[in-house]
Amino acid sequence: MNRQPNIPPPPRLGIFKFTSCDGCQLTLLNCEDELLALTGAIDVAYFPEGRRLALEGEFDVSLVEGSVSTPSQVEEIRNVRDRSRLLVTIGACATSGGIQALKNFAEVPGFIDAVYAHPEYVKTLDTSTAISEHVKVDYQLRGCPISKGQLVELLTSLLAGRKPQIPDEAVCMECKRRGIVCVLVAKGEPCLGPVTHAGCGALCPDFARACYGCFGPKEAANTRSLADAIRAGGRGREEVAALFEKFNVWAQPFRDERNRQRGDSNED
Amino acid sequence: MKTERTIKVDYLARVEGEGALDIVVTAEGEVTDCRLRIFEPPRFFEAFLQGKSREEVPDVTARICGICPVAYQMSSAHALEAAAGVHMGEPIRTLRRLLYCGEWIESHVLHVHMLHAPDFLGYESAISMAADHGDVVKRALRMKKAGNDLVDIIGGRSVHPVSVRVGGFSRPPRKRELKRLLPDLERTLDDALDVVKFFATLDFPDKEIYYDFVSLSHPDEYPMNEGKVVSSKGPSVTFDEYEDHYREEHVAHSNALHSRRVGGGTYHVGPLARLYHCMDRLHPTALQSARECGVPLPTTNPFVSIVVRAVETVHAVAEAIDIINGYNEPASALQEVPIQAGRGCWATEAPRGLLYHSYDVDESGSIVKAKIVPPTSQNQPQIEEDLRSYAPELMDLDQEDMTWKLEQLVRCYDPCISCATHFLKVNVIHPPVSSG
Repeated sequence: MNRQPNIPPPPRLGIFKFTSCDGCQLTLLNCEDELLALTGAIDVAYFPEGRRLALEGEFDVSLVEGSVSTPSQVEEIRNVRDRSRLLVTIGACATSGGIQALKNFAEVPGFIDAVYAHPEYVKTLDTSTAISEHVKVDYQLRGCPISKGQLVELLTSLLAGRKPQIPDEAVCMECKRRGIVCVLVAKGEPCLGPVTHAGCGALCPDFARACYGCFGPKEAANTRSLADAIRAGGRGREEVAALFEKFNVWAQPFRDERNRQRGDSNED
Repeated sequence: MKTERTIKVDYLARVEGEGALDIVVTAEGEVTDCRLRIFEPPRFFEAFLQGKSREEVPDVTARICGICPVAYQMSSAHALEAAAGVHMGEPIRTLRRLLYCGEWIESHVLHVHMLHAPDFLGYESAISMAADHGDVVKRALRMKKAGNDLVDIIGGRSVHPVSVRVGGFSRPPRKRELKRLLPDLERTLDDALDVVKFFATLDFPDKEIYYDFVSLSHPDEYPMNEGKVVSSKGPSVTFDEYEDHYREEHVAHSNALHSRRVGGGTYHVGPLARLYHCMDRLHPTALQSARECGVPLPTTNPFVSIVVRAVETVHAVAEAIDIINGYNEPASALQEVPIQAGRGCWATEAPRGLLYHSYDVDESGSIVKAKIVPPTSQNQPQIEEDLRSYAPELMDLDQEDMTWKLEQLVRCYDPCISCATHFLKVNVIHPPVSSG
């Protein structure tokens, strides 16, 4: 197709994977209704999971999935940053280190020994960390996995040159709007809805279970107050700590609360 | 005059995860090096499962793979129920099959169209293929959506579903939501039958390999969640006996452990193995489509796996329609599972093949030890064997074509490297040309 010389080329999108499960980039392929329109408007210039194209040039937008957990990734993320006008982290691994950040609390040699017969073959850092701990991040999408709706909003807003409309509110707000009976108050289940960033549409309460924090902490999350309330309901420190020891355990408010419950912090 | 060839692919595309391929073939056709290098970073799931409560396990193991989270949840839940000495009855058993049908549909449709078909049709990706084969890509997206919608209705979302629990489902799917999906599934069945016919007309390389096919086998149904582990070259074993017959080893070039038969033999898991052992138990619609497609099935040609996945897609859609038509929404689909110490071993059929889990659980229901053997760990030694036998046959091709053919062979396995480390990169290196 010949383009008129005065029409700018479509924006170049790069999709990069660090330490992760592939689920967030799969969310892009799962936008079945929007995918062809999006690939018509955007040049998906680097996407190893979907395309056999070499890494070349610069990107208007880079989507980064996964956490930094090996020595080479520390260099790679700087390279991605240098090539990208806007860098967007997608998902819990990229925004907070992911579930593999559980190793940040442990002795890594013990972890390697538990899985691999020859630890000397395995090159890994002692920590799994968020992309923002290494380079500047322009936008982030939360979730384990990210929400399709939020991803489409992000890409279309960037195409239109406006700010993405991604509300920072708690899962509770989504839950109330759907008229679901509160699992925390009415059923006494240890629900992280009050401190968790919205985006899933209150999925777990709709499926008769407590929110387990896939989208990580909302702004100004009062984890302490929630943890105290759950403990007052008769649950032990161990159980409350375990609530935070999941996919966003390295996000500061969740990490602090986990440490408080485990007694790894000075305050109580 | 043939010369020594070195094939090096640093980042294998259109597979899930990060891997590379290094192959060196001498002018005489001897393969002196063949390594599928997996550099996907290790994530240590088995380590941080230790000490977690039993109830958390299906949520955690789902995160091993965004493409087949249901498989991880199914193997975990069944193994943990076995550790408590219980087995789930209806309606849980059928609902678990329905959920797995959804994942088979979306995973197979994604692989055959987006990752694998571009190889046969001569495109670098489905995105460039869409320009000339727009209807094929649109049909694929429509089918994938139906599979994802099915998982959404039962599990809440297609990536990392939330309803799967040890003991069943936190809430059963709503009948009206499932019924509403029926027209899409009926259309997907027609689409899936057309896809089998379309892929059967592709030009397949002539490559038959005498595999040791390993899969689950169940007397009454196409294998998903239950049965025995059968082999075309060895004994049938129960889940409890699996580790006595299949062992993992750690090799220097891979962050994924390699699994081999005790005694060293490689084996093949996945759709080819399932069809080899269980073709007669396909849904009648899928069986008819397999018999009439024009390609002899079952097959030992890895390239024909694209047709086999299409046949299995027909099966999954047809079975899903039958289950939904007979579905009566129960008040609950959660059975009590006693908390007790024990060991549970189980395997289910992920879209890519057999997925084995075992857990030791203490008396408080905490995990003492976890072992997870994903399909790609089991196929990796077999993939290397296949590459060793195929590379010498490609010495007349130029470097680019030889590399692409070898990559294609790897993609026939739909390798999931995220799974196996708990990706794939092909390096075709051209050494200095000798006059050999």
